[in-house]
Amino acid sequence: MRAARWALGGVVLLAVLALIIFRTYPVEFLENVSDSDFAARALYIVLLSALLCLFRIARGPTSADRIMAIDILGILIVGFCAIMAAVTDTGWYLDIGIAWALQSFIASLAFSKYLERRRFDA
Amino acid sequence: MLSILGKVLIGVGLGFDLLGCLGLVRLPDVYNRLQAATKCVTLGTCSILLGVFFYSGMATGTGIKALLCILFLVLTAPVAAHAISKGAHNGGLRMWKGSVTDEYLEDTGKGEGEGEGAAT
Repeated sequence: MRAARWALGGVVLLAVLALIIFRTYPVEFLENVSDSDFAARALYIVLLSALLCLFRIARGPTSADRIMAIDILGILIVGFCAIMAAVTDTGWYLDIGIAWALQSFIASLAFSKYLERRRFDA
Repeated sequence: MLSILGKVLIGVGLGFDLLGCLGLVRLPDVYNRLQAATKCVTLGTCSILLGVFFYSGMATGTGIKALLCILFLVLTAPVAAHAISKGAHNGGLRMWKGSVTDEYLEDTGKGEGEGEGAAT
């Protein structure tokens, strides 16, 4: 049963990766983008990673799992904004990335204080 | 030439991101998941930002902002991960039952209380 679940997950992940990498994208897939094929593949792989993070947020058994997954999702969004800034040649996407990293750091510190205190509440 | 170097670095970073998130789904415990995901995703995103620095020409505004973002991520991501793991341990969250040792508990005696229990 366990081996079957591992095999199913691996096959699904490899199939989605192959679909992202070997698909031929139409030319007008992203507007105003130089090198549209590379941009579409990179952005789809970041979105696949974010989907795995969302799985852990939805299913995580404890609250520490969810907080950690939100932190990782923030770092992934910084990478997404960096790729968008590179391929569209507009610099202010990286401003969004820097601001998001700052907010995510402060939110993680606040949530960790919440985790530490919750023993006294119960 | 710089564009090709930037694309290679962005590809390496995407691989690290994907493997880190796979570890986030697959590993059995909060502390294991935190270690795998934080290290892999931070390194992968720093590689993506370095690739953006090379891809967009080095001395442009986008490149300088990418270097600033690398500095910021390297400073803040390990601090956040350490704070989350310390908070979870002090809040009484147990480690995975296959764990060998827990030296923080032996040294300080914190984290013995009733917690939510470890994931199986």
